[in-house]
This record gives sequence, structure tokens and C-alpha cells, in this order.
Amino acid sequence: MRNAPPETTPFFARDRDMHPPAYTPWYKTTVLRSPQRALISLEGTKSEITGPVFGHNIINEFDNDLIVNYSKPGDGPIGQRILVHGRVLDERGIGVAGALVEFWQANAGGRYRHKKETYLAPLDPNFGGVGRTITDENGFYWFKTIKPGPYPWPNGVNDWRPAHIHFSIFGHGFAQRLITQMYFEGDPLIWICPIVKTIPDEEAIKRLIAPLDMNATIPHDMRAYKFDIVLRGRRSTLFENRMEGN
Amino acid sequence: MVQPLGYLKESPSQTAGPYVHIGCTPNFTGVHGIFDKDLGSGSMINEQTRGERITIRGRVIDGSGTPLRDALVEIWQADADGFYNSPSETRGEADPNFFGWARCPGDMDTGEFVFETIKPGRVPFRDGRMMAPHVNFWLVARGINIGLNTRMYFSDEEEANAQDPILARIEHKVRVPTLIGKRDGDTVTFDIHLQGDKETIFFDV
Repeated sequence: MRNAPPETTPFFARDRDMHPPAYTPWYKTTVLRSPQRALISLEGTKSEITGPVFGHNIINEFDNDLIVNYSKPGDGPIGQRILVHGRVLDERGIGVAGALVEFWQANAGGRYRHKKETYLAPLDPNFGGVGRTITDENGFYWFKTIKPGPYPWPNGVNDWRPAHIHFSIFGHGFAQRLITQMYFEGDPLIWICPIVKTIPDEEAIKRLIAPLDMNATIPHDMRAYKFDIVLRGRRSTLFENRMEGN
Repeated sequence: MVQPLGYLKESPSQTAGPYVHIGCTPNFTGVHGIFDKDLGSGSMINEQTRGERITIRGRVIDGSGTPLRDALVEIWQADADGFYNSPSETRGEADPNFFGWARCPGDMDTGEFVFETIKPGRVPFRDGRMMAPHVNFWLVARGINIGLNTRMYFSDEEEANAQDPILARIEHKVRVPTLIGKRDGDTVTFDIHLQGDKETIFFDV
């Protein structure tokens, strides 16, 4: 955690023109699951500006290594070995320390380890597909995994999800709570995916595409992708807090 | 031209998808051996926790009246004295035996979520007026593009609810009951309707 007093101010308003709206009928499941009435705006009260903060004691040694955390000893999953790394920042560009980041994904063939998943691609006996980590004092995180495969899903007649990793992030306030998906640079499926296209802003979509990061690649071992996640910024209280920022 | 403001933009939300449980409650979906227990699962209280024991039960229901069987619900609430267990809580120390946050997936058959917790104390609004006891909800699922925030108030707190500054600002009073959990003994029932005549109020927090 940063060696600074905790921040107690409300968050910047969410830019809902950039986030996906609730009703996006080309992603069919949203049709009956989207509220039709307007959201009621709340300026942040104690209930929203506070939030759970998790200690490093919940994290086990291999929670951020999906290559080994479900593997039989001496064995490993099939697939492209990759390192995913980046920072959790807020909209002021400040690293969010102590942020819990959870991630989950399909295996190299696009198959999820889930009771309700029926895709014919096989499970990998050495791949679970789940991990978590907590950001360091500067907001950095990383994990090792194998690159997930695309998979078909029952939406349109022939819809395929691009390769992606799901992320769930806790900042310091419950109003920062965010779930999103990371995509991979160069994947042609990104631009035809109905779920990606729920986001109305092309620039916003690009912020979910992780570039290949050759500088972070581990030679003869694994390639790397860099994925920064931005959570809502928080107003400073002038004179009471630090003066920089806002 | 003017100087750029230089702010970053929040990462856009995406649906949690149907397999959110793999990441958030892996043991629930049968992925064992990675996490000892699912984060936020089980009872929120121990013997030392202060406050009145309650069980919150409910379902998330879609626009056709069908309960979602793949939703994930999280709650965040104050302790019995109205303090949050958060570094951003500046008024005092929260009950060390109450974390205040929990997560529950809807049952795969019935869609029901259950939280064993305590009834929260009152928390001040920004102008110092006291809000009525409430539990903050955040829910995600397949078909929900951005997590939905709502609040549950208590049916046995009519007087406090009448003074609550959040409930007071809701113009369509007919919708206020959608935020009231129905108390019967120690159980509070709170169904969340995503759409339609009974649509729950959701907040932009």
C-alpha cells in the first residue's frame, strides 16, 4: 500500500458514453437482462467511496501462475506460454496499490472448465483457467498462463469469441468495481464480435487490446502481453489532501 | 487549442459472461484445488461479530420473469454501528470481526443467492443526515454489459426509510418499494428485477 493517508473523496463520474449500454440486441442475452428505466444518479456517499481491500495473505504462491496451479507435478498445459503484465491505474494516472485482480479464461482450444460448458474441444487435464493477484505499491501486476483459444457461442448462427481473458478488479472503493475482458493484438475476430461491439466507442475498444510486448518476453520461454487497466479516478479535497492532480 | 487535461479514461466494462464462476467462485463450479475456498463465500459473521443476525435471500429475475441461474451477486455493507471496514472509513474503527463484503453466485437450479450477515447500522449522507440501514449490491451476469448497482433497505425501518436522503430523491415513489427487502423473522427477501413492471431501481454511483 502507498504510504499516504487513505483517500476519502468521491470518484469521477463514470463516462457511460464509452461503456457499453445495457441494451445491445445484437448480443441477444442483453435483450431481457437490460434495465429499461434510467439509472438514478448518486453522488458518492460513504457506501460507494469505501470498499473492501484484500490483504496479500489471501494469495497463495501459485495463484498467479496458471501454468502450474492446476498442473500435475512435472507436467503442464498445452498451448502458447505467455506472461501478462501491466498496471492498475486510476484516471489520474496514479498506480492503484493493493488492488485485487482476478482472471479466468478458456484453455488453448477454447474450452472452459465449467459444468455448463459443452463445446467439443477437449479439456486440458493440466489447465484450470483461474488465477488472482494483488498489485504492488505502484499498481503493477503479472501472471503466467497459456494463450486462450477462440470459441464458438450460441448467439448468431456462426459467432466466435476472439481469444480473451476475463478480468475482475477491486480498487479502493465499491464504486470502482469493474469486470472487463482483455483481447490480443492482431486478432481479426475482435472487430466482428457482438460482445466487443457492445462498446460504442472504437477508441475504448482499443483500450482492451493488449499489445505484444517483446521487451517483457522471456527468451526461450514465453512471450508477453501488456495490459493496463484503468479504474475511476477520485477527486482530491483541495487544501486537505495533496495539491497535485486535481 | 488548450492544454490537454491528461486524464486517462476508465477501461470499458464487458460482460462477466456465463463462466464468471470459474474466476470468482471456482470451487462452486467444480474447479477444486486452486483456491482453498471461494473468495467471499460462507457466512459473513463469527461469534464475536456485533449486531443482529439476518439472512438475506433473493433472486435476480429477467424481463420474462425467469430467474437468472448464472448471476454473481456481491454485497458491501457497514457494521452494526454504521462503520465500513475500509481504509477510506475515517470516522472510526469498524468491527474487526466483520469484513462487510461477500459474494454469492445464484444457485444453478433456482437462481437463489443467500447471505448470512448482520443488519447494518446507519451511515451518514454527505451532508450529515443519516441514511437508513442499507446493503449495497453489485451484480453481474451473462447479458449484463456493465455491473449493476442497487441498494437493499429494510421493511422494518419505515421511519428511517422515510428520512433517507437517497430514497427521498426518487421522483417516482411507486418505484421505492423495489429497494425494500421484506423482513420476516431473521430472513430478509430481496428479489432484483432487471426489467419490466417491477424493475428494480439501479444507481449510477
